[in-house]
Amino acid sequence: MSTVPPSTPPPPHVEKMRAENLGAKFPDAVALRGITMPVIEHKVTAVIGPSGCGKSTFIRCLNRMHEVVPGATTSGDVLLDGKSIYGSAVDPVGVRRKVGMVFQKPNPFPEMSVRDNVLSGLRLNGIRPASPDVVVEAALTQAAMWDEMRDSLDRPGGSLSGGQQQRLCIARCLALEPEVILMDEPCSSLDPIATARIEELIHDLRERYTIVIVTHSMQQAARVSDLTAFFYLGELVEYGLADVLFTRPEDPRTEEYITGRFG
Amino acid sequence: MSDAARVRTLASRRASESFVRGLAAGVTALTVVGLASVLFSVVGYGARGLSMTTLTALPRPAGVPGGGVANAIVGTLLLVALACAIALPVGLLAGIHLAEARTGKLVRLARTAADALAAVPSVVFGIFVFGVLVAWMKHFSALAGGAALALTMIPTVTRATEVAVRAVPERLREAALALGATRHRVIAQVVLPSAARGIATGVLLAVGRAAGEAAPLLFTAWESRFFCDDLREPTASLPVSIFTYTISPYDDLHAQAWAAALVLVSLVLVFQVTARLLSKRRDDVS
Amino acid sequence: MSRNANVNANANANANVNANANATSGVVFARVLRGIAQLASASLLVLLLALFAYLAKQSRMSVEVFGLGFLAGTEWDPLHARFGALPFLFGTILSSVLALAIALPGGFLVAIYVAELGPRRTRGPVGALVEMLAAVPSVVYGMWGVLVLAPLLRGTGARGPTQGVSMLAASLVLALMVLPTIAAVMRDVLLAVPQNLREAGTALGGTRWEVLRHVVIPHARAGLFAATMLGFGRAVGETMAVTMVIGNSAEISASLFAPGYTAASVLANEMPQASDPLHASALYEVALVLLVVTVLFNLGAHGVVRRYLRRKAAGLSTGPAEGELGPSP
Repeated sequence: MSTVPPSTPPPPHVEKMRAENLGAKFPDAVALRGITMPVIEHKVTAVIGPSGCGKSTFIRCLNRMHEVVPGATTSGDVLLDGKSIYGSAVDPVGVRRKVGMVFQKPNPFPEMSVRDNVLSGLRLNGIRPASPDVVVEAALTQAAMWDEMRDSLDRPGGSLSGGQQQRLCIARCLALEPEVILMDEPCSSLDPIATARIEELIHDLRERYTIVIVTHSMQQAARVSDLTAFFYLGELVEYGLADVLFTRPEDPRTEEYITGRFG
Repeated sequence: MSDAARVRTLASRRASESFVRGLAAGVTALTVVGLASVLFSVVGYGARGLSMTTLTALPRPAGVPGGGVANAIVGTLLLVALACAIALPVGLLAGIHLAEARTGKLVRLARTAADALAAVPSVVFGIFVFGVLVAWMKHFSALAGGAALALTMIPTVTRATEVAVRAVPERLREAALALGATRHRVIAQVVLPSAARGIATGVLLAVGRAAGEAAPLLFTAWESRFFCDDLREPTASLPVSIFTYTISPYDDLHAQAWAAALVLVSLVLVFQVTARLLSKRRDDVS
Repeated sequence: MSRNANVNANANANANVNANANATSGVVFARVLRGIAQLASASLLVLLLALFAYLAKQSRMSVEVFGLGFLAGTEWDPLHARFGALPFLFGTILSSVLALAIALPGGFLVAIYVAELGPRRTRGPVGALVEMLAAVPSVVYGMWGVLVLAPLLRGTGARGPTQGVSMLAASLVLALMVLPTIAAVMRDVLLAVPQNLREAGTALGGTRWEVLRHVVIPHARAGLFAATMLGFGRAVGETMAVTMVIGNSAEISASLFAPGYTAASVLANEMPQASDPLHASALYEVALVLLVVTVLFNLGAHGVVRRYLRRKAAGLSTGPAEGELGPSP
């Protein structure tokens, strides 16, 4: 059992989300057990841990994507702005509108144009913006790709490079003006240059959004995150300020992991 | 952005979803009932008309009890076997060739021809064989029937084989080629074994389809009241017997038509279910 | 050719002598195999051309006598040797269009129920049933139409021995027959849409229906179109089921309750008995028209699908790979 460790950042901070004794199961395996941790507004929270530690499952519980997998269930609770997102009256569709997600493999809609990809989230939510061009430009600008894309808005999303595809997915997510953005190893299929651009982008986005990023790279976690959580075997081992966790870990398992003795 | 935007409430979006889901469920239920009634009729009436006599006796004229469709059962099996003997070598070889050769003028044309042939109504194949083979032999014959069924099978088998062979991952071929194997050895020892299940599925589906065809047999295999002991003679078959019995005005022949239909549907479903199981197990492996 | 034979002879002579010869005979063997395979592929082309050529040759007399008027002629009278194919074209097109009008929306809804919207537990059994029914021979559907459906429709049409058999009965039976095919193919097409695109749509906050409508269906467009064309082709070429319930009357009637006739049915009914050469030739011409229509239609549909896929492929150098779902890292 992990409780909030003493090394949570000092106030003032606002809890944007909070996992309460969160558990998650697949039909044949338990993925998460008793996770309790806050997600702080306008901070970047990195979730690290060895393969199979449940870190991806964790963020998929934060926007109710976990239950999309047949037979997958959750227990405990997740709060968004202090309100449960698992309440019986809560529609998961509404939750996902506020808590956006970027996946491990870039998944733009391949035959939709860049423009339509950006607008697809709105269309999926039954929203017809009055001035779509403004939305497209704003989202692509925020995703730091307006300048390279402004003349290629009609190219199909699938024709972009891997890094561009991933930034397009981020732009698509931003167009919905979410409050929280979950990123599931967003750079794992990208080259170092594309990775650096995404990391820069994450840095900039922190001003307006709350970000939770899963990564298997400790260097990346150290570079982009304000807070870091270390998961091991489906449990939260340690959670705290990134520079503290990486320099003076409290738990021996964390220390072993960050010094590269396992994982 | 959302100032002037048209926004639908979540409730109304969920309502559309429920509407479509309800509509789909309703239509599906209706379809299942409609189609199940076809199956139930076949099983219900068929079981009533089915007896040992039906399976083992030869046909008798309407009004004379004790008739059966034994010769039609044997005839159908015979015709399907003949059709396989003709269609499988051609279809399998062509399918493998199209998949492995990939490009070239012949391949492109043959692929288009396979697509086109798959669309040809089976009755047209029947007419073709009638005009060519039956007219030449001056005789309806089991041979002609088998040939007509074979023509309906060839495009299906070709395309199924091509798809199955193409689905074999390129890295398997490359691995074998890198070990110094010749092209035909790679195909025989690496590609075909891993495509075997897919090919078998396609063949079974084609055979099932052919077994139920009546149109190409009407003017090739024709009909017969006896067992077929010479491939140059006409033969009865289940689909054609069902057809002629059904359009006759006699109730006892209708009963035999139902029984024959039950036998035919069971036969076809055996092929269908086997094919399904085969392809399913392949999915599990991958 | 003769060079091949030479190599072959040499190879055979040396086969047991040295290993080198083994390689040579292997090359020859491979060449022979390839030749046989090429022959098999070529035979498809030959078969298609032979079909056209044969039917064209046999219909020559009819073409010479009636010209293009054959397609517009409304009278089909073997006794007085007057042959016009319009009633069959009319019947074929009308029955197929009506059948598709029922089977297309029906099959599509069944497919989205089985592939996307239905509860997981019912999807498998319903899908299996639909697949099974797609395999039931058409002669059985026709029998069901004559012995079960037609008595139910009795009293709706003309009195007399043809009671219950009509254009309507034929269209209904055709629809019932084609629907499982359309549903089964469309289901496979929908299921082939990569899972990661569905996930993307779901994570953006779409409901199942919205994801289906805005992501899955647009992505599967070409396949859905192909499934429709397949169903239509089936309906146009279907012989037995239609012959048994349409009433086989070569008259163009505005009433769906009146009997009709289709191209495939007239072939089935009159072909073997046509002893008069002009009658036979007219039937061959009907077959030729049926062949041309179905083949062109099918190739046209293939062309549309292929062009669509190529456009898609051209735009997609690095399309996202198959999505993964399940226990994550």
